Amino acid sequence: MELVRIQRENFSINEEVERVKAASKGIGGVVVFLGAARDFSKGETITGLDFEHYPGMAEAKLKDIRERALRNFDIIELGIVHRVGKIDIGEDIVLITAASAHRNDAFMACEWAITELKRTTPIWKRETTKGGDVWVSETP
Amino acid sequence: MITVRFFAMLKGLAKVESREYKIDAPITVAELKSILKKDFPALGGILEGRSILISVNQEFADKNTVIKDGDEVGFLPPFSGG
Repeated sequence: MELVRIQRENFSINEEVERVKAASKGIGGVVVFLGAARDFSKGETITGLDFEHYPGMAEAKLKDIRERALRNFDIIELGIVHRVGKIDIGEDIVLITAASAHRNDAFMACEWAITELKRTTPIWKRETTKGGDVWVSETP
Repeated sequence: MITVRFFAMLKGLAKVESREYKIDAPITVAELKSILKKDFPALGGILEGRSILISVNQEFADKNTVIKDGDEVGFLPPFSGG
């Protein structure tokens, strides 16, 4: 299983953390960012989400984020898993796992990676509301 | 032949996921936009907005990027992953 991937099915946080930790016995800290499907957006009740991606380009952008994180932060490994397709409220959407010898580098890399993902990765979210389905046009 | 792909809200407005065009010579992204505005009136001024990103062969491009036969051009609304 690749450390960076896009998939429809759910993921196991424990398995992803173990996969990243397997990179080195020198890992002393792991920071994860977990994005989950919440039930409101801009004052509206949300009953479900549906994610679309640009196959090929989206995976390439995530791999690029991992490579730049490894170059620019003092971390040992970084994994990214993003789901696409229909996602129910409360389900998990995205997991970023950053591992380093010391915690501070992992915290910084993890925050940078999720911000960069939102900025550069061609993935789109559609929210189901009472009024119908709405594409979310801007990253919050 | 070039392939134009629409994503998310643009796909809904264009009512197609993709459209192929035969080009006799390389054209710029700006020239392609002019063609699309005629073929897809619903996209209208949206394609001119700064919020729509464009990719050529899955790399970010700009209005001056040259499109050649066989290329794939993506029209990408603002991302909302994560």
